[in-house]
Amino acid sequence: MATMATPGSGTTPASDLPTRLRTKPTGFALFWHQTKTSLASPTPYLTAFGIFLWFFTYWLLCEGLQLPRFVKIPGPVTIFSEWFSMNPTQGISIFTAEYYHHIAVSCRRIAIAFFLATAIGVPLGLLMGWSKKFHDYSFPILETLRPIPILAWVPLAILMFKGYETPVIFLATLASLFVTTLNTMLGVQSIDEAYFRAAGCLGAKKWDVFRHVVVPGALPYIFTGLQISIGVAWFSLVAAEMVSGDFGLGYLILSSYVNGVTVPMVIGMLTLGFVGWFTSIIVRMIGNRLMQWHVRALALQGR
Amino acid sequence: MNIAVPRMPGPGREGQPGANATGGPTRGQISIRNVTKIYDPEGVNVMAVDNCSMEIAAGEVCMIVGPSGCGKTTLLNAIAGFHSITSGEIYLDGELLCGPGKPKAEQGADRIVVFQHGALFPWMTLAENVAYGPMVQGKLRKREAIEKAFHMLAEAGLGDFGGKYPGEVSSGMARRTEIVRALINNPKVLLLDEPYRAMDALTKSIMHESLLEVYDRTKVTIFFITHDLDEAIFLGDRVHVVTTRPCKLKKTVDVTLSRPRNYQALSSEEFRLLVEEINGAVHEEAIKAFQSGEREMA
Ligand SMILES: Nc1ncnc2c1ncn2[C@@H]1O[C@H](COP(=O)(O)OP(=O)(O)O)[C@@H](O)[C@H]1O
Ligand SMILES: [Mg+2]
Repeated sequence: MATMATPGSGTTPASDLPTRLRTKPTGFALFWHQTKTSLASPTPYLTAFGIFLWFFTYWLLCEGLQLPRFVKIPGPVTIFSEWFSMNPTQGISIFTAEYYHHIAVSCRRIAIAFFLATAIGVPLGLLMGWSKKFHDYSFPILETLRPIPILAWVPLAILMFKGYETPVIFLATLASLFVTTLNTMLGVQSIDEAYFRAAGCLGAKKWDVFRHVVVPGALPYIFTGLQISIGVAWFSLVAAEMVSGDFGLGYLILSSYVNGVTVPMVIGMLTLGFVGWFTSIIVRMIGNRLMQWHVRALALQGR
Repeated sequence: MNIAVPRMPGPGREGQPGANATGGPTRGQISIRNVTKIYDPEGVNVMAVDNCSMEIAAGEVCMIVGPSGCGKTTLLNAIAGFHSITSGEIYLDGELLCGPGKPKAEQGADRIVVFQHGALFPWMTLAENVAYGPMVQGKLRKREAIEKAFHMLAEAGLGDFGGKYPGEVSSGMARRTEIVRALINNPKVLLLDEPYRAMDALTKSIMHESLLEVYDRTKVTIFFITHDLDEAIFLGDRVHVVTTRPCKLKKTVDVTLSRPRNYQALSSEEFRLLVEEINGAVHEEAIKAFQSGEREMA
């Protein structure tokens, strides 16, 4: 068991095994152990090399060789010197307030959209997976609406809602709602029939079954769904901000392009990548916290 | 070789609720009378159980042996209340579980199933799993239930594992926990559906001894499905050989091996004679099942 290797535990007689099983490294010991394991594995080096390779290719194409198709695209040296410059020539860097305003606006929209989509999608999906009747009512509608690309909703959203904020949030919510609902429903359907039967044998009533079997049993799927859903939310948010918006990273990208300043455009793209990655890490961390059983079982399988 | 088998807990601390003054068990008597079950998938009738009758005495270990796909699980599910029967009736301690006008028995904690592939809730620790029954029935508050669960797990030699999740322990421990989870409810009947099927022979023998130990102490009625003849004779008071689908009784043999039993019984002459007596019938059905290409559905 990987978690048992506390530094300094030395050799332990077999009779101590149960006590050792109970003590897990925590705090600094755990951190130290994880860092050591991680540095001993090829993962961090491969990652570093991968990033280097990526940037090198990028640099080579745009600035090193200056190939014909790439001359209009700012290379990494230009981007990073602008990004971290106190006085950016094209208006956007980590020292400008405007940069953070765009990020904040997009993050706020994502937070609202993701919260709404989860608050509606999870209960909806649970019900659809649990009750055959409800499934029969609602599934065909979901399946008809789901394939409609989110951009096709843009005109409708603008017609329905006033201002810049609501239509954009509506579009992001809608996109992630479908993902969350569908995954939650599949999660419930994936639960082994034996768990329902076991709960019934042990005296669980309908509501107990829902709370103690349906919800926890569907959690792994729900969180897989939420990770996809937050990605989809970003995706559709940016699309919506490009069409209708006043601020936000999507707006930054498109308006920079329209104004012919390509550096902020790429900065916006890269920022989007990092922020999106960060939000999906948060979702995964919450999921792992709620599903210790799942994490531990996977850990024992060496994953 | 002397394997120390940890004691499995009995139903509560209050002695033997299942025993009367003379010491014989009084609860968990099952009558299966003329039960028929026909599945109707896609309009094609599948007769899984055909006019099957058997009497299981209170405190008996009743072993059902038959080839895969013959309808054993179907019969067990009818007793547990997982699905309806087409005709016939089933009684538990003289009370109608299912029969005319009531095709499906109610599920209840008096008949607890231990499943073929195990059904501990993976999202609860072993202790929470064991505590679940009394908690959800409102018999004990959460803290008391967990406390009792830890106590019973400790009696079963699993005291150090109460805080572990099922995914973290061996299949043998998981299966043993599942039996503790059943026993904490003080059930009338344990229904076991090939619980040791996927286990290696050595783990299986430990499971057998620990189940025997549970039985010797609790005298709970056990309805045990298997296709392993040795297992059936070693554990059972009575072995029912059933036919290939549709399931009905083919042969019943009383097991005369004395209790308490241990693994040494497996090499006794008496055991060998019993195997010889039953083997023919089982083999005949196995051939029939093979030729009809019967497949089981979990
Ligand atoms: N839900 C079902 N619908 C239709 N047929 C079923 C169903 N469950 C089981 N059967 C059929 O009934 C027969 C008996 O199944 P089962 O009771 O699972 O057998 P066993 O437990 O003896 O292996 C098999 O032929 C199986 O295909
Ligand atoms: Mg079966």
